[in-house]
Amino acid sequence: MSAIILFMAVIAVIVGWWLSQQRLTTKPWLEEDGIGDFPSAGAVTLPAAKIGLGVFLAVAGSLFALFISAYSMRMNTVDWRALPVPRLLWFNTGVLVLSSVALQWGYMAARRNDMDGVVFGLLVGAASAVTFLVGQLLAWQQLNVAGYFLASNPANSFFYLITAAHGLHVMGGLVAVGRTTAKVWRGAEMTQLRLSVELCATYWHFLLLVWLVLLGLLTGWTDDFVDICRQLLN
Amino acid sequence: MVDVPYDAIADIPPAEVAEVELYHPKSWWTQYVFSQDAKVIAIQYSLTASAIGLVALVLSWLMRLQLGFPGTFSFIDANQYLQFITMHGMIMVIYLLTALFLGGFGNYLIPLMVGARDMVFPYVNMLSYWVYLLAVLVLASTFFVPGGPTGAGWTLYPPQAILSGTPGQDWGIILMLVSLILFIIGFTMGGLNYVVTVLQARTRGMTLMRLPLTVWGIFTATVMALLAFPALFVASVMMLFDRVLGTSFFMPALVEMGQQMKYGGGSPILFQHLFWFFGHPEVYIVALPAFGIVSDLISTHARKNIFGYRMMVWAIVGIGALSFVVWAHHMYVSGMHPKFGFFFATTTLIIAIPTAIKVYNWVLTLWRGDIHLTVPMLFALGFIITFVNGGLTGLFLGNVVVDVPLSDTMFVVAHFHMVMGVAPIMVVLGAIYHWYPKVTGRMLDDWLGKFHFWVTFLGAYLIFFPMHYLGLLGIPRRYHDIGEVAFIPPSAHTLNAFITVVALTVGFAQMVFLFNLVWSLFKGRPSGGNPWRATTLEWQTPQTPPGHGNWGKELPVVYRWAYDYSVPGAAQDFIPQNQPRATPGVQGAAP
Repeated sequence: MSAIILFMAVIAVIVGWWLSQQRLTTKPWLEEDGIGDFPSAGAVTLPAAKIGLGVFLAVAGSLFALFISAYSMRMNTVDWRALPVPRLLWFNTGVLVLSSVALQWGYMAARRNDMDGVVFGLLVGAASAVTFLVGQLLAWQQLNVAGYFLASNPANSFFYLITAAHGLHVMGGLVAVGRTTAKVWRGAEMTQLRLSVELCATYWHFLLLVWLVLLGLLTGWTDDFVDICRQLLN
Repeated sequence: MVDVPYDAIADIPPAEVAEVELYHPKSWWTQYVFSQDAKVIAIQYSLTASAIGLVALVLSWLMRLQLGFPGTFSFIDANQYLQFITMHGMIMVIYLLTALFLGGFGNYLIPLMVGARDMVFPYVNMLSYWVYLLAVLVLASTFFVPGGPTGAGWTLYPPQAILSGTPGQDWGIILMLVSLILFIIGFTMGGLNYVVTVLQARTRGMTLMRLPLTVWGIFTATVMALLAFPALFVASVMMLFDRVLGTSFFMPALVEMGQQMKYGGGSPILFQHLFWFFGHPEVYIVALPAFGIVSDLISTHARKNIFGYRMMVWAIVGIGALSFVVWAHHMYVSGMHPKFGFFFATTTLIIAIPTAIKVYNWVLTLWRGDIHLTVPMLFALGFIITFVNGGLTGLFLGNVVVDVPLSDTMFVVAHFHMVMGVAPIMVVLGAIYHWYPKVTGRMLDDWLGKFHFWVTFLGAYLIFFPMHYLGLLGIPRRYHDIGEVAFIPPSAHTLNAFITVVALTVGFAQMVFLFNLVWSLFKGRPSGGNPWRATTLEWQTPQTPPGHGNWGKELPVVYRWAYDYSVPGAAQDFIPQNQPRATPGVQGAAP
């Protein structure tokens, strides 16, 4: 459970930092405003959607941290046989990086009020994300053909399960990108679009980060790191 | 909204918090069924949760009939008994209490108490309810599928949860897991709303330290639930894979009916870690909203500011954080390194400190208060007593050496029913009596309410207090029929019969409550906007019940904290949060 504990510690630091800004030591019973005072709520002034995405990323992050926790606990059992990682995954990783870069490009274009750049970024981002998903499906097929079935070994089970969970999050993101593109089609103002594109780009960077961590885990790159952590804990 | 002289603040800069773009319903369907108004969604959540809660109540009667009079009722066999305890537990903890506190009270009270027009994502909020309803329907459908609902216990421990010896192995367990997955998806949608609304949509002047404790409790519980429910999600998905697709995440190598099963190498302990990483925070996900609400009930009905507001806030946050590092105290008998046992026993005992602070503060709020023994106040007092009782036995069970002999006995059943069954339900009932006038514009009948309280409170005590004794005798939980065993005296059987009779009586009292809810809706005394003379914003709405958008043309402005009761020198014994200071320059309204 060390992965999720570590994740929770990070969340606790963020929450603690935020709370430390909230004047929790004030004595509210002594603070009374008169009519002439313009009381502030101290509420977050960021758009609701941005905070909403931030909170959602914490939830999704916790989900993946739990998958990783389960993975690292289960991989210690004797029946674990690591599976060969299809080379296709490297291509898929490249495509996902491209997708993330394209959406970042789109966001920067939105800040420059460059509508063509936004459309280009969204379309390339979406197309490469779809390519990523197709690539993942092909990787599954290659593993299946090679005899690495879902239920034949826990390493296989985790591979399919974790890639599926990540893929579903990419699909959810595609819905958001689709809606943003539809806004462009309907001729929405750039000021409205900017936020949507920014949120898509943020979500994509998150998905890329998660994928890189998962890839490290699935390819065994992080095994040494996990071992070190385990020894430290013991 | 009352008494806010907006003209005087006409030059105030535009509200820092942008108004929510309200969705205006165009038809009866979008106003009452597919509504995006948090108040309607709250009522939908509450009614659905109560309906499925009634099913769980009936299940508890059936269980009690079997325990009190074993062998008398031929329609309750061992398998059905296991199904009843499983469904009773699961429904009560997740589908009733979590949904009612967060989906019901959260939706109704958060926007009103923070001075917002609605939740920040109304459409997602609506989806949240419909996914929750789907989860409830899937859960209820398990009563009708071949093999019936799962009988694995609410903890659904593998491997037994998916083995053929456990009832509901066919469809029951599959639908149970699907229902949980749906519930978590639905809850996440709602939870995002509750958190972001508190963070971003507070009205002018509503700083975090001016929030009523109800909002603090619901807010912190929602943050915890958003982080803890993924653990149940992961556990459910992985077990679904084990059951349907034949993977071995949790399933060890097994021989069943002489046949080697296809599973091998899985770790049941892994499931327990995941389950309790959710399961323990879940206790506080239910308790923190109750803590918050009861603080407001006590303060309002004792006409006194809450004692130690800051400490109450810190305690809520502290309990929320600590509750993530105590989960393995549910697993002492699963086998663990003694040092881990020591660690988890220590964290468990530490969590008693902020909890005890809260209890002391409630009692000190009552001290020399102008206590009105209204029905909400009675339930709040009932909560304190049952919670202290259940909390103290929690200290026993938190210690490894005490827990091991008491584990899986009726003592544990008595403990958790006291602390997270009866105590939160007391708050739910008190809160309904308190806020019903705001929701409907009518008071609940007082006499029926008092009858309901005394039967429920005394009855619940008579049910669960003797159960501790049964546990100390060594009577195990989850047993369909104890039979004649040397170490169990005949008096234990008599006591069991007594508990059953009381349980049926308490159940009857709930029917009186339901009658009161319906009768008062039509015949209840009109309540006016603020019948309890309370300070918080939800009582200051221009209309009762609050209209679409909650407030009139402008949002209220908050000038003070939520607990200005019995302020010396004030004209009334309460000053609403949206009432500005009378004389400029005077500081320090309340001690």
